Amino acid sequence: MIIRERAIKYGDNVNTDVIIPARYLNTTDDRELASHCFEDLDKDFKKKVEERKIIVAGSNFGCGSSREHAPLSIKASGVKAIIASSFARIFFRNAINIGLPVIASIEASNFIQDGDELEIDLSSGKIKDITKDKIFEVNPLPEFIQRIIRSGGYVKFTKENIRK
Amino acid sequence: MSDKNKPQTIAQKILAYHCGRDHVSEGEIVNAVVDIVLGNDITLPIAIEEFDKIGTGRVFDKEKVVVVPDHFAPNKDIKSAQQCKFIREFARKQEIKNYFEVGKMGIEHVLLPELGLVLPGNLVVGADSHTCTYGALGAASTGVGSTDVAVAMATSRLWFMVPKTIKFIYSGSLKKWITGKDLILYTIGLIGVDGALYKSMEFSGPAVNKLSMDSRFTMSNMAIEAGGKFGIFEVDGITEEFLKPRSDGNYKIFRSDQGAEYEKIYNINCSDIELQVAAPHLPSNARNASDLSNVTIDQVVIGCCTNGRIEDLRIAAEILNGRKVDGNIRTIIIPATQNIYLEALKKGYIEIFINSGCAVSTPTCGPCLGGHMGVLAEGERAVSTTNRNFVGRMGHPKSEVYLSGPSVAAASAVAGRIATPEEVM
Repeated sequence: MIIRERAIKYGDNVNTDVIIPARYLNTTDDRELASHCFEDLDKDFKKKVEERKIIVAGSNFGCGSSREHAPLSIKASGVKAIIASSFARIFFRNAINIGLPVIASIEASNFIQDGDELEIDLSSGKIKDITKDKIFEVNPLPEFIQRIIRSGGYVKFTKENIRK
Repeated sequence: MSDKNKPQTIAQKILAYHCGRDHVSEGEIVNAVVDIVLGNDITLPIAIEEFDKIGTGRVFDKEKVVVVPDHFAPNKDIKSAQQCKFIREFARKQEIKNYFEVGKMGIEHVLLPELGLVLPGNLVVGADSHTCTYGALGAASTGVGSTDVAVAMATSRLWFMVPKTIKFIYSGSLKKWITGKDLILYTIGLIGVDGALYKSMEFSGPAVNKLSMDSRFTMSNMAIEAGGKFGIFEVDGITEEFLKPRSDGNYKIFRSDQGAEYEKIYNINCSDIELQVAAPHLPSNARNASDLSNVTIDQVVIGCCTNGRIEDLRIAAEILNGRKVDGNIRTIIIPATQNIYLEALKKGYIEIFINSGCAVSTPTCGPCLGGHMGVLAEGERAVSTTNRNFVGRMGHPKSEVYLSGPSVAAASAVAGRIATPEEVM
């Protein structure tokens, strides 16, 4: 799977309270959640995401609450993948479980700048910064997690395995 | 030494036991059977939608799924009422034994231990990040997402990566007023908000061996604020005393082996630790409360899954007794469960709170996450015994939260600014 999009860059410790503030958690509708995504961090996110669909951030992305509304709102905003120096563990699980690709790379996160055009090859684990002509090799996700992603998320994976 | 004979940490042992093995290795992904699956009114609606897609029809065990409407309950608005209704109907249809309606409801992470629903050696998952609280009981317990809860409800199983462990050894003696909150804020200040990312935190040492269960719950509760997966205490006499009226003693105690491998060991001398406050906007911005005495405030909150227990209310009552809350401050006190509320009532704490000018509420997570019952306006500042102080956590994105333990919160309510008990008593 190849994702070719431009980057929106954020800093360290982007937490679930700024990804989707708790005052909007009284719904499960992902379109409605998306309409408030990042509104306390970046008022222009909605405009930016129309043309740039990879988030690149620093360490501990998604720290804080377990709310799956956070990756859901990002995914429903149209974001195709998140690259970060590191991810908070519950966010990392949630993103994988709903089929939103998350890639941890300190080098790529430090190097990539806001607006850069990127190409991510999920199967080979390569991130290419097309704007700056630089390639990053990323450790592939564990096989089990890749199987969940290949199934299209944890629920589909579970259904397949219950049937067996 | 072969991997199989390697000494193991308590986290490894509990995970191994729950996949029917003697040994698991750090970094390994295992599929383990859980003892308890927890959801609330925020996270369970999504979990139910996903659960229905899996198609098992029934939860794996109606006694092992726990449902607590505590975040936006009592219902704060129509949409929240819809969400609470949705999970209530699910609980009825699935004949969930441990569903707690408003009136019996308490804040989940205080309620479950109080009722003996979590025991040592258990593997617990909850769609709430503070599920790590139960580590205080020697359980491996962690927050997960809604999809995880859906799968766990359907199959009893979930994937776990076996974490590395960081050990914290607390020594020395605690100064007056110091509780678990000060120790954990100090610890997070030391290692940072990602200092224990993906790791199990093991709390040990002579200073915490003397800590009350209430203070231990507070410490385990905030393991997640350092990125931790578990925040575990070993079971001792104090744990067993807590469990005696709550269980038939039928549980398995796991202890870390001598020589178990730790990624890091921190030795922390508690004799030097002062009352702590975490300044905005990260729980790791821990400072001595005495260094922040010029910070004026608008609101104080005492409660939450971190500090809504009887020890916290006793400390607040001791400081507020015979004193008045500053005229410019709104002080909201939220006993975390109905039992704690009743105990506080019997002990006279509630009367003290009301006489001193505090609002006392039925249990809810409300203000902690800016939901209801104490939302902050633009430019307002709160001292709160809660667990997070991210941008907009308690309301307006331009409001601020200072995290503290109960004594600093109560003293600040009287002083109208951040204060230590000595300044007002």
